[in-house]
Amino acid sequence: MHEIKFKVNGEEKTASVESRLLLVHLIRENLSMTGTHIGCDTSSCGACTVLIDGKSAKSCTILAVQINGKDITTVEGLATAEGLHPLQEGFKENHALQCGFCTPGVMLRAVELLEKNPNPTEEEIRWGISGNLCRCTGYNNIVKAIQYAGAKMRGAELPSTEPEFV
Amino acid sequence: MIKCKTSKEIGGMGHSIKRKEDARFIQGKGNYVDDIKLPGMLYMDIVRSPYAYAKILNIDASKALEIPGVVAVVTGKDLEKYNLHWMPTLMSDTQMVLPTDTVMYQAQEVAAVIATSRYIARDGKEAVMVEYEPMKPLINAHKALDADAPLMRPDKEGQTNNHIWHWEAGDKEATDKVFADADVVVKEHMYIPRIHVASIETCGCVASYDKVDNHLTMYMTTQAPHAIRTVIALVAGHVGLTEEKIRVISPDIGGGFGGKVPVYPGYVIAIAVSFLTGSPIKWIEDRSENLQADSFARDYHIDVEMAGTKDGKIQATRFKVLADHGYTDASANPSKFPTGLFSIGTGSYDYGTAFMEADAVYTNKPPGGVAYRCSFRVTEAVHAIERITDIFAKEVNKDPAQLRFENFIKKEDFPWKSPTGWEYDSGDYHAGLQKAMDAIEYDALRKEQVEKRAEGKLMGIGISTFTEIVGAGPSKDFDILGIKMFDSAEIRVHPTGKAIARFGTKSQGQGHETTYAQIIAEELGIPSAHIQIEEGDTDTAPYGLGTYASRSTPTAGAAAAVAARKLRDKARKIAAYLMEVSEEDLEWEPGKFSVKGAPEKSKTIQEIVFAAYTNHPPGMEAGFEATHYYDPPNLTFPSGAYICVVDIDNETFEIKVRRFVAIDDCGNIINPMIVQGQVHGGLTQGIAPAMYEELIYDEDGNILNGTFMDYLVPTAVESPSWETGHTITPSPHHPIGAKGVGESPTVGAPPAIANAIVDALSVYGIQHMDIPITPYKIWKKLKEMGKI
Ligand code: FES
Ligand code: FES
Repeated sequence: MHEIKFKVNGEEKTASVESRLLLVHLIRENLSMTGTHIGCDTSSCGACTVLIDGKSAKSCTILAVQINGKDITTVEGLATAEGLHPLQEGFKENHALQCGFCTPGVMLRAVELLEKNPNPTEEEIRWGISGNLCRCTGYNNIVKAIQYAGAKMRGAELPSTEPEFV
Repeated sequence: MIKCKTSKEIGGMGHSIKRKEDARFIQGKGNYVDDIKLPGMLYMDIVRSPYAYAKILNIDASKALEIPGVVAVVTGKDLEKYNLHWMPTLMSDTQMVLPTDTVMYQAQEVAAVIATSRYIARDGKEAVMVEYEPMKPLINAHKALDADAPLMRPDKEGQTNNHIWHWEAGDKEATDKVFADADVVVKEHMYIPRIHVASIETCGCVASYDKVDNHLTMYMTTQAPHAIRTVIALVAGHVGLTEEKIRVISPDIGGGFGGKVPVYPGYVIAIAVSFLTGSPIKWIEDRSENLQADSFARDYHIDVEMAGTKDGKIQATRFKVLADHGYTDASANPSKFPTGLFSIGTGSYDYGTAFMEADAVYTNKPPGGVAYRCSFRVTEAVHAIERITDIFAKEVNKDPAQLRFENFIKKEDFPWKSPTGWEYDSGDYHAGLQKAMDAIEYDALRKEQVEKRAEGKLMGIGISTFTEIVGAGPSKDFDILGIKMFDSAEIRVHPTGKAIARFGTKSQGQGHETTYAQIIAEELGIPSAHIQIEEGDTDTAPYGLGTYASRSTPTAGAAAAVAARKLRDKARKIAAYLMEVSEEDLEWEPGKFSVKGAPEKSKTIQEIVFAAYTNHPPGMEAGFEATHYYDPPNLTFPSGAYICVVDIDNETFEIKVRRFVAIDDCGNIINPMIVQGQVHGGLTQGIAPAMYEELIYDEDGNILNGTFMDYLVPTAVESPSWETGHTITPSPHHPIGAKGVGESPTVGAPPAIANAIVDALSVYGIQHMDIPITPYKIWKKLKEMGKI
């Protein structure tokens, strides 16, 4: 067993973990934060994506011991006292989720994407989230949601959220 | 623009209301099955067979049981003691829960390990030693009926070969005659590959049996909780689990698409172990287990033929299907329809003669044949008709759009009787195709194609104009295990005018919490924001057959409208009483009754509901509640016109979908935003089998791509930017004129893409390619043809 110290969504935590414990299980089982999901066993789907020191990472591919001293953000940490994160708002306003299972992972991936590239093109967004699988939405509205969040974070004019279903 | 009868505040049909369910999902507060933790819960992992066909010589669990934390190892022999080692499938076939002597497909469940944690259960699974004697499996469905084929089901009395059933529709004699006399006959063999729904959440459950109360609570990933409760009672009634002691809860579901309709052995083992130990048992499968063992979809080998005149009039079609069901028939079709609604395959075209037949066989592959985003085999049928229509068009030298226009069933000819016996309710196929052609600028594209070809470039345009058949189904023909396929709604309006409504269906992402509220708002004028929707708990929801095959709106949606209308009738009586006028003198507008000619005299629905609890007319029952079980008089027939443009690199044969326009007609639209979202998602699930997905087995029955590393679910990069639109032809028999839309795009997209790719490759004389069409397949085919 290893004693580790880390932060989750700004809160200091300690845990005693087996060497083999995956970060995703530390989060889901030990910390009972179930917003981070598991969709595969080959690091392919991105449903488990969290931020480690601000960088997106697939938490099923990282051992809990590796986050000693690090700062984790999960979907539960996106909203603040002021309200929803622009990505959360963007996803809701643009119908960028259906079953919602992939959504936390896609949003966290997009946090880093927008940090590096506040005004991404559609192509850049598509490549940027290509490590996240969504089986429900067909991705059109996820692209819109990320563009919406980018606009909101830049203080630019918000794009329309009306469906182009004419 | 869609016209709405209600204000934005009421939020009835036609408004793009943002979804109610999103608040919890975007904040990580969804409640999926793996999020459920109960005190004392144990974890189950499953030992699976490495062989496709083998005798089990011995299972040695001693090493596993030595591991601290491993509580038990359960085998088929253990279940046999309680007669729980076999279970029925939804097609009245039988399936092993755990084998006692033989395994029939790779990744089949062989034993279950129960432990105090997920990790220890996995350790235990690795430590269980199973000795097998492998046998030569039957993998090729075409060889299933050979004399020397191994008999897959010696357990079934009277089963002397691997044939499961034969099915026919249409008129054989008449069809053969038309074919014999026809000027033009085209034919093709098409394989619709075995694929997987691959919802991002896999399957799983928490089975929690309370020994004191003799009561089972089953949290599970199911699209049909009520039907599952009945099935559990049928399987386990003999050990005391009768239906009133079973509560099935289907929590938030991370995508279903038909894969969460069947009963899997894992569920049953979890129930059995919980029943025996009294501890809650959690079983969550891995992605690889999900892809390798759970129900597949499709796997149809189709010979399709079309007969017609030289000038392009379709006269008849003939279909012959070989269906590979794996080792048991575990599809989830309505009982009377072993091949589902395949007989919709005559398509959107006006001709009177067709014949179809199908034979199903057993093989050493996992069982299934689920209705993957498909109203039971419609996808297979539509692919065949839309591809052969293109082949016919080419043969008679007509543009495929022109040929379709000339053969479409005309708007004024509905209701239209199909040669296989369906009555299409309504449609306007010309309008849909014209709209799609205008949107994509079809004529300009054809011109461009000529120029591109002159430059030696590969560009293709593909059309699919499909007719769907959904909303199963009218009780005279439709049942699952004898239970009629109605669906239900129960509405309770509270004294202050806010409501809760419960349904027998179960959303897996379709947004029922939003759309059902809109239907009720439309009928009652209570703002949809004030209507809470609940599904998925068999203790509280009225009985229904669940959500699949695009049936929720056609059945439960209709039930909501009819139940709400019952309440509106009651409201009228109360309003008449309150205003001391006769009922006929009242006029309804969404949200209130007013007196004809004196609109200032009115009662809002909220005032009326309050009166139902505080001041109801003498002799009338108090309260404001209604339930309806809706039995549809007919199915609904959504349609669509899809056009796809592809560019293919003439050296690497990389295929790029340049544009894809989808015009859907799903009748009246409840929430355009949600319908569009359904279409987007379905289209991506349509490009998937057209270009990427197929479960591939080698001759020994090993699956070659049973993980997400190599089973290629499209990412945002492969998925094009979809362009969508609609036409509206209301269903004449549906209470709100809606038709259902969930599966249309998955059904309609693959042939549009395949037609586009084949159109591009027609310069090489290619008439057909089986999906998924990949650069490698194209290269191989051209190599074989000596073209490169
Ligand atoms: S669960 Fe981590 S990538 Fe799929
Ligand atoms: S919303 Fe269901 S997987 Fe993305």
